[in-house]
Amino acid sequence: MDLMTFLQLGDSTFRLSTPLLLACLAGLFSERAGIFDIGLEGKMLAAAFFSGAIAFVSGSVWLGLLAGIGASLALSLVHGLASITFRGNQLISGVAINFLAAGLTVVVAQDWFGQGGRTPQLAGAARFQNITLPFTEQIGHVPFLGPVYVELISGHTFIVYLAALCVPAAWWLLFRTRFGLRLRAVGENPAAVDTAGISVVRLRFVAVGICGVLCGIAGAYLATALQAGFIKDMTAGRGFIALAALIFAKWRPWYALYACLLFGLLQAVALRFQNINLGGFVLPVQFMDALPYILTVVILAGFVGKAIPPRAGGEPYVKER
Amino acid sequence: MQKMPAWADVVLIPLISLLLAAILSGLVILAIGENPWEALKLMISGSVGSSYAWGYTLYYATNFIFTGLAVAIAFHSRMFNIGGEGQAMLGGLGVAYVCLFIPWPHWSLALIGATAASALFGAAWAALPAYLQARRGSHIVITTIMFNFIAAAFLNYLLVNVLKPMGAMDPATAKFPAPTHLPSLHDILGAFGIPFSKAAPANVALLVAILACVGVWLLVWRTRLGYEIRAFGHSESAAKYAGISPTRIIMLSMLISGGLAGMMAINNVMGEAERLVLNSTEGAGFIGIAVALMGRSHPLGVFLAAILFGILYQGGAELALWTNIPREMIVVIQALVILFTGALDNMVRMPLEKLFLALRRGQTATTAGE
Repeated sequence: MDLMTFLQLGDSTFRLSTPLLLACLAGLFSERAGIFDIGLEGKMLAAAFFSGAIAFVSGSVWLGLLAGIGASLALSLVHGLASITFRGNQLISGVAINFLAAGLTVVVAQDWFGQGGRTPQLAGAARFQNITLPFTEQIGHVPFLGPVYVELISGHTFIVYLAALCVPAAWWLLFRTRFGLRLRAVGENPAAVDTAGISVVRLRFVAVGICGVLCGIAGAYLATALQAGFIKDMTAGRGFIALAALIFAKWRPWYALYACLLFGLLQAVALRFQNINLGGFVLPVQFMDALPYILTVVILAGFVGKAIPPRAGGEPYVKER
Repeated sequence: MQKMPAWADVVLIPLISLLLAAILSGLVILAIGENPWEALKLMISGSVGSSYAWGYTLYYATNFIFTGLAVAIAFHSRMFNIGGEGQAMLGGLGVAYVCLFIPWPHWSLALIGATAASALFGAAWAALPAYLQARRGSHIVITTIMFNFIAAAFLNYLLVNVLKPMGAMDPATAKFPAPTHLPSLHDILGAFGIPFSKAAPANVALLVAILACVGVWLLVWRTRLGYEIRAFGHSESAAKYAGISPTRIIMLSMLISGGLAGMMAINNVMGEAERLVLNSTEGAGFIGIAVALMGRSHPLGVFLAAILFGILYQGGAELALWTNIPREMIVVIQALVILFTGALDNMVRMPLEKLFLALRRGQTATTAGE
């Protein structure tokens, strides 16, 4: 393989990792606060549809992004209502949200656009455009570093850079601020947080809200940046890969970045090479598709380091009377 | 003290939840410019209005009974088996192998063989997640989700690269040989002189599903193992103290659950398609969750809920055929049913409990006042 192939693979990895990373960080906030969220997939899907639809109707990708975040937040609110207010089963609520999004997006898309559950193609200002970073002209001639800068670092959409910035931001928010300390505490020992006079319910709702915003951006990225419009079931299991990455990263922001890059790379390789020939032994493309899930099971099994979830995760908090 | 009479818990709450889901679904239909009342009438006539309609409704219901029972039995040991989809896919693989490579002399023997193979393959697919939960503490929900995706990739590989007959274009196995053809409800009821639609896919697997309901009921409430499963589900620590091994209960309940999900394949793969195709399960594994929640994890409840979802599926297909309401409307309704009967259970339960407490207090006050 020459340098260009490597660079294109890296470029594609960044593009494919971005939605995973945003969804993974979304799950990180929610699960760190003690709310399991297997509805990442559904929230992304809803955001993808509404961002695509509004971007098409208004012609503005920014309005689309807002609509996507709004849709995702609405589903987050449902999840919060079910799992925080009414102390229901968080897993079942997540399953319901996934189905709700899978069904509603197609039903509404068919009603609005009549194209068999998709939005029309987006073009121009209705999509996120690639941003060319400064100095590409000057650095482009430099051997090796030039092509790396031009092909790999420059020329992505706004959201790719935003997602990259979200990693240090999430780390700082969770591990260097009072809010972050409380948020992590509420996922480990909500009773202690409650005793300190801080509202568990409010903190958890805020965490679920952050999760909604990030999922919204991830979904909007799918429909308005990675592809040009919404198509049925376009998340294609990315919410679950993000969940897998979250476990892989053991609920830590920087590791989430590495895990998502790894899973993004797997997707990029599967996309580019289909079946991989390893000297007489052919690695089928389906194996590459399944690899993130297999790796997650291996990690979960605890043979390669133990993944310990936040202790109060999945349990509704009942205030003592 | 019980806050509510048992009938309220078993009948009233699911009905109210269902009603809420129906109202919201109606609003969605209204919002896309269709008449919900007309839609309901069309759904009902399309799903139970003729023996052809019943044939499809019962065919879908058969799938949902198996997957619903699978989720239900796992619920009894407080395991959430979200992997019914993958287990049913593997069950299909088992059926395909047995039907393609064993020369069966008669369908009845083939059915027994296929049932055993599908249960075995489904259980095998549940075995690793169960083991990891029992011995390594890996969360069963996450591992079974992952196994769904792995199963899909695995079947994709097998159908595209291995099982597809030479020269065929679509990723599917060859058609099963004629002796494995299961009698349809038309054949069975015809033997008793009852006319039934010939075109509908409902088949003898429905009877197996009903037997499975009875079997699960016997297992859960009439055997020692069932007692242990329920005890473990109610309180793990109490069960441990009583000498019940958590590993054994988790393994057994998940194996039974996976086996039941796998057995769905005798209906959709052997009974209907008569070959294994890609995505043969069509989401039935997930509908099992809704069915088990609606049916309160009781076999009779699962049976009734499965019929209801069969009506929903067949009715939804009719809707998509005759109106502008797309087939995905069923998924919305299914989501709302899961949401209200599962996640938002307390939203209905809390006010009802208050109401019943208030009523009782009123009664005791009047009797005390006499």
